Amino acid sequence: MLSKAIKQGLGLALAMAVLAGCSTTDHNAEADAAAAAERAAAAQAAAAADRAALNAQAEAAAKLDTVFYFEFDSSVINAESRATLLTHAEQLKSSGASVRLEGHADERGTREYNMALGERRANAVRDFLTLQGVSRSMMESISYGEEYPAVVGSGDSSYAQNRRVELK
Amino acid sequence: MRIVFMWLLLLSASLCRAELTIEITQGVDNPTAIAVVPFRWQGRALPEDLAAIISQDLRRSGQFSPLANKDMLAFPQDQADVYYRDWRILGSEFLLLGNLELVDERYQLTFELYDVLLQKKVMRQTVDGDKAQLRDLAHFVSDKVYEFITGIRGAFSTQMIYVEALGGNKLYRLMLADVDGAREKVLLESKQPLMSPSWSPDGKSVAYVSFETGRPAIFRQQIATAERQQLTNFKGLNGAPVWSPDGDKLALVLSKDGNPEIYTLDLVSGVFNRVTKHFAIDTEPNWTIDGKGIVFTSDRGGKPQIYQVTLASGRVERLTFEGDYNARARISPDGKSLVMVHRNNGVFHIAAQDMVSGDIRVLTETHLDESPSIAPNGAMLMYATKYQGKGILAAVSLDAGVKFRLPSKLGDVREPSWSPYF
Repeated sequence: MLSKAIKQGLGLALAMAVLAGCSTTDHNAEADAAAAAERAAAAQAAAAADRAALNAQAEAAAKLDTVFYFEFDSSVINAESRATLLTHAEQLKSSGASVRLEGHADERGTREYNMALGERRANAVRDFLTLQGVSRSMMESISYGEEYPAVVGSGDSSYAQNRRVELK
Repeated sequence: MRIVFMWLLLLSASLCRAELTIEITQGVDNPTAIAVVPFRWQGRALPEDLAAIISQDLRRSGQFSPLANKDMLAFPQDQADVYYRDWRILGSEFLLLGNLELVDERYQLTFELYDVLLQKKVMRQTVDGDKAQLRDLAHFVSDKVYEFITGIRGAFSTQMIYVEALGGNKLYRLMLADVDGAREKVLLESKQPLMSPSWSPDGKSVAYVSFETGRPAIFRQQIATAERQQLTNFKGLNGAPVWSPDGDKLALVLSKDGNPEIYTLDLVSGVFNRVTKHFAIDTEPNWTIDGKGIVFTSDRGGKPQIYQVTLASGRVERLTFEGDYNARARISPDGKSLVMVHRNNGVFHIAAQDMVSGDIRVLTETHLDESPSIAPNGAMLMYATKYQGKGILAAVSLDAGVKFRLPSKLGDVREPSWSPYF
């Protein structure tokens, strides 16, 4: 994307130079036009670089996991999740965006107990982010218990994917 | 005698076809043999076969083995046609005859129960109803026959409310049906989850949890009129509503204080009272029979177990000690059994604990069992389980001798709530 933007910038500068060359103005004017073309190209390139940097950042944010998994009947955040949540904390602090923490449980056990478990997991994530300096007023915990499994099916691998908190 | 089902009249307009079918998996060892002879009826074909409904009711109780029509030697219409010896040879202990007539646009059913061994008529009664109440007439007869022979009040005329999820949790329905699965009716439809339905003790209202506001909230709905009212709107959990025995209060769960606690809500004054104070999960309340206490699930000991709190003193006592997961308790109408979800070797079953001795017995052999709800006569309980990958309802007697399931032809069904007597 960056190189394409530079090429476009250079192309424009070249076109301007050609235009300038075709004109019948004096050398000073020609030099001014060439300098202007150079400045324009540089500005274009810089803007393109900025855009690329922003895109890269957005891509990184998109790649950052937003789902965090838990053990059965547990709300302990594992080490991997902690690392990712630290990055989320930095982004949330700089963007000031609000976030919804949706807690889920697997289908085993009773529905209302699983509602409580889902909330406990969401609150564990909320408390972790709060400790990292994210304003508590920007976060809301909602538990769906076992109502919305990520994966349908009874089995340990399904269950593991359903015990989760999603950042939204 | 005239039975008037006012609430049913109101519902009858939108009754739909049964979507649940019964499969009996186990009955008692020595069920009572009974012959329910096809009833006399001289009018046009009826939408319901009353004798067949009664046979199915009695069979489903597990206490009876009704004789198939094809095995009957005769279809007697009244006492003069009854040859006791024939029925004794067929092994029938009881014989039920019925005569259905249209009197002043109402269906009038006279039924007679005969004791084959004593060779005498032991019951005769007449009931009537309109066309939409034909099934009610049949269930009424089932109740009378069941009570006469077992000494236990029948619960065939009761109903259940349950939750159905369709299209992979795209659509939720709060459903009302007879306990045999017939006459299903949609009470509420929502694209957001519906949970934890609970009948009021007068049988006129249901309390439940709905996510329609984007968060869980507790609602109360009149069954006949569909008029509804939102009762809670707190931050966090708003769940597990259950009515007090007098119907004046709800016990429920709120986590507005930071973690789930049991509350009571006075439905007249609207005042909430906090019952539990503990940093652990406290949830799934159920009132004791006298209304003076509440049993609930708590993981204050590290794992979910059942506790009981006395409302006047706030004193909490642990009730379950066997197993590492006991949750969502319900107390039997006689107050003698605590029925709950119990994990045994990693499998979730329904178990009953004797309230006095503390002995636990596992009632079910299915897995992922949850949401037990006891019939008002205490004979059976309905629960939710998984069968062939789908959520279904199943029933088991409190002595574990009788088992049957009600597979749904449509979506996943769950969270049955057995009605009180009407």
